[in-house]
Amino acid sequence: MYEYERTGILSTKDLKLPSKKQFEKGVAILECIQEIPCNPCVDSCPVKAISMKDINAPPINDFDKCIGCTKCVGICPGLAIFVAKIKDGKALITLPYEFLPVPKVGDNVKALDRTGNIKGKALVKKVLKIGKTMVITIEVDEKLAMDIRNIRVDS
Amino acid sequence: MILHSGVGSILRIKKHPIIDFKDQKKISFCFNKKKLDGFEGDTIASALHAAGVKILTKSLKYDRPRGFFCGIGKCSSCLMRVNGVPNVRTCIAPLMKGINVEMQDKLPDLPDAEFKSNAKQTIKIDILVIGAGPAGLCAAIEGAKQGAKILLVDENQCVGGQLVKQTHKFFGSKHERAGTRGIEIAKELENELKEFEKNDKIKLMLDSTVIGYYEGDKKNQHKFGVVKRENYESKLYEVNCKAVVFACGAMENMLLFPGNDLPGVYGAGAVQTLMNVYGVKPGERVIMVGAGNVGLIVSYQLLQAGIDVDRVVEAAPNIGGYHVHAAKLRRCGVPIQTSHSIKEVYGDEKVEGAVIVKLDQNWQPIKGSEEKVSCDTVCLAVGLTPSIRLLSQMGVYLEFIPEAGGYVALHDDFMQTSVKGVYVAGDSSGIEEASTAMIEGKIAGLSAAILLGHKKNQNLLKQYVNELDQLRAGPFGEKPRIAKEKITKLMEKRHVRI
Repeated sequence: MYEYERTGILSTKDLKLPSKKQFEKGVAILECIQEIPCNPCVDSCPVKAISMKDINAPPINDFDKCIGCTKCVGICPGLAIFVAKIKDGKALITLPYEFLPVPKVGDNVKALDRTGNIKGKALVKKVLKIGKTMVITIEVDEKLAMDIRNIRVDS
Repeated sequence: MILHSGVGSILRIKKHPIIDFKDQKKISFCFNKKKLDGFEGDTIASALHAAGVKILTKSLKYDRPRGFFCGIGKCSSCLMRVNGVPNVRTCIAPLMKGINVEMQDKLPDLPDAEFKSNAKQTIKIDILVIGAGPAGLCAAIEGAKQGAKILLVDENQCVGGQLVKQTHKFFGSKHERAGTRGIEIAKELENELKEFEKNDKIKLMLDSTVIGYYEGDKKNQHKFGVVKRENYESKLYEVNCKAVVFACGAMENMLLFPGNDLPGVYGAGAVQTLMNVYGVKPGERVIMVGAGNVGLIVSYQLLQAGIDVDRVVEAAPNIGGYHVHAAKLRRCGVPIQTSHSIKEVYGDEKVEGAVIVKLDQNWQPIKGSEEKVSCDTVCLAVGLTPSIRLLSQMGVYLEFIPEAGGYVALHDDFMQTSVKGVYVAGDSSGIEEASTAMIEGKIAGLSAAILLGHKKNQNLLKQYVNELDQLRAGPFGEKPRIAKEKITKLMEKRHVRI
């Protein structure tokens, strides 16, 4: 049994990590590592970077092809895709968000890790709506690029 | 008991990130001689719950308070007297203006008020489809597409079955409408259904229950009794059909522990119905029991409705549902405790808390590990049991298949049971999920139409069977795969009765 099957939390060891260069252009991190029958991310990718052997296979992102467009973030039914981009010592993280209130660009929100712990503040840089899913880009410290996966917005 | 207006109640969800709860018309009704308000579109139980009434009935022997449990008309713990008619399932009975709702005093009187008119109406139809959930809707639509005339019967006041509360996006591929939320799929299917209703291909009967199977007038004909409820009165129909598709769904399992009958212990599906269909919060603080997909998804939806989820407990050493669902909860700060279970629920006439206990490797409680947790709601997401009672009455071959969730009708790859012209689809043919239920429904509808002499569309049938196989090919499809293999193997051993 894998640790995440007991805890519900992935560690970076469970994931394929981008190189420094790939991080700099911004790529999608697919936090979907089980064999489940689902493939909308493959269809959503405009550059065919995401592929799957069959519908049950975990998706694989070709970081060299990925352009970090964030289209898959709002599509993934499991809300399991995040785009991380590192620039000037900051990490821009794009994540799916399905709660109220919805933050506005320029807001300061709480940055949470995979266990829901507050790791610091995040600045909201972009807010998009894909159906009913909000796709939100936040800016955090560079070293938190692979840690921050949620936000909390105080009402 | 705290009674407040059920309309402006704190338990009404005002804002929601996914669902638009539109302003509904306020209607008044009477409960135990007190005037209460609810909304048009409420069921009696949802209006009562919003008004703070959680005790709907008392147990016959020990007078223990009981609330609803399943919330979808299957468990009988919400029976009340409405306008003098006893045994009304208030969780599915629509709320109407001016009605008189009372708690039943012990056993009810014989329901004279229910049958004011005994005139029976007869309906002749090609295919009867029982249940308008994902499987039944797809069976009806597929059958109608092939040219058959369909009667679609459902107990609820709207179609969609459990889709109407699934606010999350579905998995699967384009064929199964992946990425679309269940509530939207329900609307899409309803719109398709309406097209067929317009040209009389499908006749829809809501608020109606198929009550029994009777000797048919001719060979290869099936006769059913159907009761339609109008204003809490019942009207009897006789339905004669050449084929029937059972898509009756399933009901949630109960778990044994002291206090499991206290109002506030609900099936996870009941809670999902209450909050996502009727916009009523089950409570303010919830403990979820079971970390399968249902437990994980409903916990997340509770958070979306602004309700605190204290934790999810799971008796197994690992999380049974998809990791992506668990991860969504964890990053909101909700703990998932594997190898933990619920020991008891305590409270005076309502849930006030629960005792959580750690389990050892043999799933036995570890002494001294008990933790008291205060909450007002305990949600049980511990599996489902297929609804097969009518199939059982018909005499189709049933077998106990643990992987299918209990007794199910044996059926072949094309969903036909041991009785010619009798088909099953969806959860009532083995517990699975909505995407596969929809495909099974299509297969059953198509097979039934072919039996009736409509064009044999072998390629389409093959395509559907392939889609099903693909969805079940992964490790999470193992249980239904084993179940279906057992079912079809046992079916091959038996002769189909004609």
